[in-house]
Amino acid sequence: MRFSGLKVFKEGLTGNKGWGPHWRSPEPKAEYDVVLIGGGGHGLATAHYLAKVHGLSNVAVLEKGYLGGGNVGRNTTIVRANYMLPGNSEFYSHSLKLWEGLEEDLNYNVMHSQRGIINLVHSDGQRDAFARRGNMMIGQGDDAILLDTAGVRKILPYLDFDQTRFPIYGGLYHKRGGTARHDAVAWGYARSASDRGVDLIQQCEVTGIDVVNGVVKGVQTSRGPIRAKKVGMVAAGRSSQVAAMAGLRLPIESHVLQAFVTEGLKPCIDHVITYGMGHFYISQSDKGGLVFGGDLDMYSSYAARGNLPLAEHVVEAAMTLMPVIGKAKMLRSWGGIMDMSPDGSFIMDRTDIEGLFVNAGWCYGGFKATPASGHTFAHLLATGTPHPTTIRHRLDRFRTGFGIMDEESTGAQHNLH
Amino acid sequence: MRLRCPICGERDHREFYYQGSAVKMDRPDPDANAAAWDDYVYLRDNQPGLLEELWSHDAGCGAWLKVTRDTTTHAVLATALAKEERP
Repeated sequence: MRFSGLKVFKEGLTGNKGWGPHWRSPEPKAEYDVVLIGGGGHGLATAHYLAKVHGLSNVAVLEKGYLGGGNVGRNTTIVRANYMLPGNSEFYSHSLKLWEGLEEDLNYNVMHSQRGIINLVHSDGQRDAFARRGNMMIGQGDDAILLDTAGVRKILPYLDFDQTRFPIYGGLYHKRGGTARHDAVAWGYARSASDRGVDLIQQCEVTGIDVVNGVVKGVQTSRGPIRAKKVGMVAAGRSSQVAAMAGLRLPIESHVLQAFVTEGLKPCIDHVITYGMGHFYISQSDKGGLVFGGDLDMYSSYAARGNLPLAEHVVEAAMTLMPVIGKAKMLRSWGGIMDMSPDGSFIMDRTDIEGLFVNAGWCYGGFKATPASGHTFAHLLATGTPHPTTIRHRLDRFRTGFGIMDEESTGAQHNLH
Repeated sequence: MRLRCPICGERDHREFYYQGSAVKMDRPDPDANAAAWDDYVYLRDNQPGLLEELWSHDAGCGAWLKVTRDTTTHAVLATALAKEERP
């Protein structure tokens, strides 16, 4: 289905009855070249790039719920490339460039808005760390500006600069960062993949992975067995469940991250602001709601909802940083299931089972990675070798201790990120 | 979510610090191979449902607890002093 200004006008006058589905809903075939387990942002993006870049369209995306019903529909929509370590640096830089061409690539409005991200500075040590990070970002070919207090005050005049807890001494300004409409990203990739011949199969739960003599042969599903030459596991928070069907244990713990949105307000927050000292970040959606969140609840969870102490903590941080939003009414809060890796960086690799590939461990940062995750995972599936930006994201780096990517320098162990 | 500390009674989970999977209580032999240490430090079953885990009562008595909790509902089913649960 296509959109046009004329069509929107016509449908508006005729009760919006003429809109059709974005993608086909075919019955599963008996066999595919590639089966992707998980119809979220990364799975749909992988399908798009498999078809578009590698000419592979005999591909199925199997989704146990509905397309985009997991974390791609639950995140806080932030897009950025402010990573620092070799491996992450080039990967997220690659991803931001894909974002910048995404709407043309998909011919779909994903509402990508490069409104800029400001990471606030509250101490000399943090300023030094951000200066270093900014230089690394410039070195990788992206953008960063180190602001002093006056510089931040000029663009974010409504913050409480003289708060007694964490006075604001400056910020790291990443202008090409911003937001995108998360659902539209999933839908755009889905439409493109479907148009290119990929079968998107919803309400199809994978219940087993068939492995014979160390080679993957296909999957068992709630809609019958499906043979496959290659299988890609792209299940985010449920990666460990999927991997267990192939007898694999992953270096992942699933945790809950909460997010919050207020009622719709007139435009007041033009950027994405992060307040690391208080574990708080915020932006305003195009619909007007203030979208914000904080840290993990910090215990293992598959509940897709959190507890009140963290909600209280986030709101306290909000009120410390910007009392101006104090009278906004909170509409909703929700949680997503985060696939936390020990070093905070993702895993994209072959497994010991021939033809079985893993794409997991995105922690709480998977959304911004969606285009590059799809692009590089498609490369790995199609060619059997990792894309140059993911050669460091090996599954065995924890066992060997070689190539750990601990972006936050908190230690490469569970529950530290 | 509230946890029952065997020493202090039922308390808000904010009083406790999460120490992760109780697999940590089953430490491999120092000379064990890399696979055993990989299993212990990094690899996790991480399946939804009942999970045995460790919490330390940092803002209370300081005891380490072994907690059995349902990760799909956050229901706390059992707590015990970790030192009494050593394998």
